[in-house]
Amino acid sequence: MRPEMTAASVESGPKSSSERSALARARLLRGLLPAMSLVLVLLAIAWLNPRAISYFGFSLMLNLAIPIALATIAQMFVIAGNELDLSIGTFVGFVGCVTATWLKEAPLVGVLILLGSIGVYALLGALIHLRNLPSIVVTLGMSFVWQGLAILILPKPGGKAPDWLLSLMAFKPPFVPFPIIAALLIAAVVHFGLMRTSYGVILRGSGGNAAALSRAGWSLLKTKIVLFALTGLFGVLSGMALIGITTSADANIGNGYTLLSIAGVILGGGEFVGGRVSPIGAVIGALTLALAASPLLTFMHIPPDWQVAANGAILIIVLAARVLISRKER
Amino acid sequence: MASLRLLLAKPWIWSFIGALLVWLATVTFTGGYGGGGMITAALSLAVFTVVVGVGQMFVITLGPGNVDLSLPANIGLASAVAMKVMDGNDSMIAVGLLAAMACGMAIGAANYLLIWALRIPPIIATLSASFIIQSIDISYGRGLQIKPPPGFASFTNWQILGIPVLAILTVLFSIGAAIALQRMIYGRSVLAIGQNIRAAWLAGVNVGRIRFLTYTLSGALGGLDGALLAGYFRGANVDIGNEYLLASIAVVVIGGTSVAGGKANVPGVWGAALFLVLLLTMLNTFGVSAGVRLLLTGLIIVGVITAAGGQKALR
Repeated sequence: MRPEMTAASVESGPKSSSERSALARARLLRGLLPAMSLVLVLLAIAWLNPRAISYFGFSLMLNLAIPIALATIAQMFVIAGNELDLSIGTFVGFVGCVTATWLKEAPLVGVLILLGSIGVYALLGALIHLRNLPSIVVTLGMSFVWQGLAILILPKPGGKAPDWLLSLMAFKPPFVPFPIIAALLIAAVVHFGLMRTSYGVILRGSGGNAAALSRAGWSLLKTKIVLFALTGLFGVLSGMALIGITTSADANIGNGYTLLSIAGVILGGGEFVGGRVSPIGAVIGALTLALAASPLLTFMHIPPDWQVAANGAILIIVLAARVLISRKER
Repeated sequence: MASLRLLLAKPWIWSFIGALLVWLATVTFTGGYGGGGMITAALSLAVFTVVVGVGQMFVITLGPGNVDLSLPANIGLASAVAMKVMDGNDSMIAVGLLAAMACGMAIGAANYLLIWALRIPPIIATLSASFIIQSIDISYGRGLQIKPPPGFASFTNWQILGIPVLAILTVLFSIGAAIALQRMIYGRSVLAIGQNIRAAWLAGVNVGRIRFLTYTLSGALGGLDGALLAGYFRGANVDIGNEYLLASIAVVVIGGTSVAGGKANVPGVWGAALFLVLLLTMLNTFGVSAGVRLLLTGLIIVGVITAAGGQKALR
């Protein structure tokens, strides 16, 4: 499903043809795992509530899938470079507050603020690389910064999304619900950029084998800056999409997105180290989480108390399934 | 002079200097008023960060990727367990404390079970576990209105000559932790695993057992912290541990422990915890709004980490 240029393919060495086909099967199974989890969740929903499987049902259930998918893609870029962004949730909230205030009242200022925040992300990437800082701590610190700024911009929940954004997010194409089209589009664009272009390979390589890349003459500073700037860009898109759906903002609106985005990347077959990520998988992971997070649990009559636990359990089950498959891969 | 230079070479001295500067800035602002009270308050609050910080320090020292993200959920659940077991009864204090620690140990053991059985990075294992713990806590602690036993509540607030007794006990505990880290087989094994897990394994360190013990220790300290917090703040709460996710990691890093693992120190955890608490006190004294306070806290943490710099990667 995705090009393999990782240690596994190098280490395996010469093998008999039957072994090789078994290996290919395990790898295919592993690549299909994210899609299988999504199908499983969809089947469960169809079984519990057949009426939900309709144009209207999907539009409702996948309502928040677009911002979650965009935030997951944002997180995927830093993970591709072996870093982690623990501030993406509050950043999405910050962007939401800017979108519901400045972007509506003074579009030019709003655009400048959002571009500036992407610049801050790029600077963070440079800082983390140059000073060799742990990204977990830096982004944990930044999560306070974004939250503080969000509260300063919008002390009380409110504001209003710009009209063009509202009409964009309320778009109702024929036959296929908008969230599904948007998800396909996001997955296709990012897949092409990161998996099919030569610089995409370099970006992933910076997570796979940084030393080799730098000896080959590529700038690790530049790859880190680009990866963090892309995270900022998709974080901005996520915040704007979120406000287009909710119509007004709140400083805490994005707080849950940090954990959702990390879980989405992992569910989608990404790994924390080694530049092994998959944009299509990440979007599928985000859709799975969006569906599993509330519609499925509501249909299963799981009380709200246990919905967070169900998310954790889904993560653990998928990871356990992956271990079973990877064992064959060895 | 030579001893001063030796002192300045210690990685943990900077966190104490930072704490001192923040204290001086606040005292200057208030014109010398309330300087002593501020230290008492800072010591009382720093205790809670130090207890979880030491647990987190051992975990982080195990090497890159090792971190316990389940501490906030752990603290929340343990606070509810402690209050329910104590049930406002002075004779049950010890049992309640043990129950909270047992609850934390179970969580730590479960964390390591996930890491070991699923072979997943500790970040995602402790994260998934924390989702589940959080739900258990919400369900178990719903509408919990039990006050701590009067003896326990006054114990957590007990002061001698302006020094909280809990802080004295925590200093003793830290000394114990420092000895365990630098002078005992367990601590040396943790450091060895953090420096090079394969070399440690080849040298005969039982890597699996040491990692299991470390996660269990971190869990137990989280549980203890939950009980103490419930005593200090007069009751359990689902969100009581929320701020200790950032705090526990930040004090470890600001205190001079290497995030790459294999290099740790306990005094720095104290210095950094005092620094963070005093920083919050300072911003409150200056009367800034919640937004500015969050903004400055974040900027100062990022600034301090940048100034401290990371370890050069060992390649």
